[in-house]
Amino acid sequence: MKFERRAAPFIAPRGDVGNIMLQVLAALVPAAVAHVWFFGPGLIFNLLVAGIFAVVGEAGMMWARGRRPEIALRDYSALVTAVLLAFALPSLTPWWVTATGALFAVVVAKHLYGGLGFNIFNPAMVGYVVVLVAFPKELNLWVAPRMGDLDYQHLSILQTLTFTLTGNLPETLAFDAVSRATPLDMMKTGLNNMATAIEIRAHPLMGDFGGRGWEWIGNFVALGGFWLMLRKIVQWHIPAGVGIGLLVPATLMYLLDPGANPSPAFHLFAGATILCAFFIATDPVSAATSPRGRFIYGLGIGFLVYAIRTWGSYADGVAFAVLIMNMAVPAIDYVTRPRIVGHAGRRASHG
Amino acid sequence: MSAPTYDLGRLHGGLRLESHKRESTARPIVEVPVPRQLILPIQQHAGAPAQPVVDVGDPVLRGQVIAEPDGEMGAPVHASSSGTVAAIRPWPVARRHGEEAPCIVIDCDGRDQALPAMPAADYRSMPAADLLLRILDGGIVGLGGAVFPTAQKLMQARTAKVECLLLNGAECEPYISCDDVLMRERAPAVVSGAQILMQALQIESCCIVVESDKPAALRRLADELARADDERLTLKQVPTIYPSGGEDQLVQLVTDREVPSGGLPIDVGCVVQNVGTAAAVHDWISQGEPLISRVTTVTGDGVASPQNVRARLGTPVADLVKVAGGYRGSPRYLVMGGPMTGKSVTTDRVPLVKASNCILVLAEVPPTGPELPCIRCGDCAAVCPVQLLPQQIYRHACADDEHALRDFGLIDCIECGCCDLVCPSHIRLTAEFRKAKWRMRELADEKARAERARQRFEARNVRLERERQARDAELARQKESAKAAGPEAIAAILERKRRARKDDPS
Repeated sequence: MKFERRAAPFIAPRGDVGNIMLQVLAALVPAAVAHVWFFGPGLIFNLLVAGIFAVVGEAGMMWARGRRPEIALRDYSALVTAVLLAFALPSLTPWWVTATGALFAVVVAKHLYGGLGFNIFNPAMVGYVVVLVAFPKELNLWVAPRMGDLDYQHLSILQTLTFTLTGNLPETLAFDAVSRATPLDMMKTGLNNMATAIEIRAHPLMGDFGGRGWEWIGNFVALGGFWLMLRKIVQWHIPAGVGIGLLVPATLMYLLDPGANPSPAFHLFAGATILCAFFIATDPVSAATSPRGRFIYGLGIGFLVYAIRTWGSYADGVAFAVLIMNMAVPAIDYVTRPRIVGHAGRRASHG
Repeated sequence: MSAPTYDLGRLHGGLRLESHKRESTARPIVEVPVPRQLILPIQQHAGAPAQPVVDVGDPVLRGQVIAEPDGEMGAPVHASSSGTVAAIRPWPVARRHGEEAPCIVIDCDGRDQALPAMPAADYRSMPAADLLLRILDGGIVGLGGAVFPTAQKLMQARTAKVECLLLNGAECEPYISCDDVLMRERAPAVVSGAQILMQALQIESCCIVVESDKPAALRRLADELARADDERLTLKQVPTIYPSGGEDQLVQLVTDREVPSGGLPIDVGCVVQNVGTAAAVHDWISQGEPLISRVTTVTGDGVASPQNVRARLGTPVADLVKVAGGYRGSPRYLVMGGPMTGKSVTTDRVPLVKASNCILVLAEVPPTGPELPCIRCGDCAAVCPVQLLPQQIYRHACADDEHALRDFGLIDCIECGCCDLVCPSHIRLTAEFRKAKWRMRELADEKARAERARQRFEARNVRLERERQARDAELARQKESAKAAGPEAIAAILERKRRARKDDPS
């Protein structure tokens, strides 16, 4: 009998990248449904545009780099990038803005750095920051949640699609009629205008913790996040780090001066905090790699989000916080190497 | 079974694997008949190969030494049956590098005649040093797979004054069950072996360690310990988690002490022996039978009826598979050892050796798509029992960055294969690490060679300088003597030189 050669081990590996990415996508379905429920069909079009351009960009770059495109397409990582970008954008976003972000994310932030596994920066956040800086006006069209008591002009599916494709509203509608400030924006402008946090929180757009609608989406994002933790795709280190990094300074400042500082619950439920904690900061490629390192990385992001929201000029700071901590990853990885068994030094805590 | 699961020192990471042991433990151990031809590699142990002490055509008897250890580290090889030495030649064997190794081939005569048995001496009355020498003569090596010569290990342990002997019956690797069935069927031999080993080591404490998934073996051993009534012996159960049976991992689990990097269990007061080794020590010291056979598991979905067999060393693997019902279909891989750390071979002509704890025949390993880039998910680091960061080591291995590889502990990798199994990108991490280690060793050898060359060169320069000085001194002396001889003598010397130059135009 003749046999083939192969190196040990002779047991097939358990998971695969494509499967992980699909589960990440699945975990975001409830949040997407909630988003459409509260803010209209805009997200669907954002998802479509971002998805198409991200996949085309991925395939094109693989082809340009002389590799088989289907290898990259089968890992679904481009789709995850597209979905995170679509979630970050306002529900009314013209297609070219979304497309620019998606292409920049996949082509520049990912493939020009060497493709999957080699990107230093979180691709979705690079794409988002690029369009945030390049198209500040277009990124301001946040709509109000569909709540019965809010005086607000809703767009139909067709009107939303028309806006996505042309960037124009129906002639009868002005931008002011459809767009509303986000809760974070409102908080920032209000505080700048010397209103107290409590006064601002009394506005009908504000909900129990964050903004109306937003806090529900946050709940569904968290649901997906916990599901990923149960599936062991996300470990607790980064989400906990982000939470602690943000909530500790928020709580301290709130206790010092509740008038000038929104409550920690507001910070948690407003903006992209929860999405960041479970889905954005947890991108393994651009995050720190040891468990301790990941906790520190999360702490850094949480604190920077707080700092940018409080002292910066942007209403939310997730994208900048993530990109800044991406830069710190090599240093974090270097100082947080676990002690190898059998080497002198601190005994492992088996965490 | 009442023994509590012993979990004092916890292991980092590790994996719970599908055990696949049931297939081969259903039936008792079967004796494989002596084959027509035995193939005995002269190296079946860690250290230098043994030197053959028989010639082609020599008749040999069962138990006769046919190769003697060469140097400080090694073990003799015995003829596993009687017959004639047919050849001493290269033969396919299971090894990591290269396909063949020198073997002594014996044509068996079928009579299986043994050497006259050595007078059995009571080991209890033997001085420990004599007992150690006796164990050395038995050709006994670690039967868990690492084949470290047992006598040398015991001598090191005595020099280091260890306190505790651990008998390793963890057998954590899937499919392998030879230690399990051995403990069930030969518990008295294991216990007696443990007592002999304690005597050789002059210590008063031995702990038999078994994984919790072997209740039958645990029960048999507990009964046997009760019968032996020896308070020096204890039985401990460790959780079923791969690789708890690694030598250093076992020490960590049972004693909560970490074997220092590059060190041995003796550095933390322990010495570890496989339960099969203990039984072999018993067979040799109490029964006079050297290590000429072993129990091995023939298993996998490529054999008809998986089975534990006892066979003479040197029996071709094809014969073992025949006893286990032959091949099922046309399997693709033949592995010597378990599925995590075994070595694949291309032919079943390879012989059973002291290291062979398992013959694994696999129809197929599920294909794993193309290898994707590492996404730094860190799953590999989470399961690494030595707490390495395989994802970082892999990166440095790809870059061939020797300094970083040292820094990140490549040498501490025990090649257990856990990281491969959890890698979502399907990267063959362990194979890469093995290659990187090999390259590092080669680099070190090269450096050593360069260093030797440098020393030789410098020594040569020193010698040349010394010779030049000697020559100068001689010339000066000749000049002095010529001067002393007067002007005519100098003229005669110059004339002689001129003539010599004319004769030799160069």
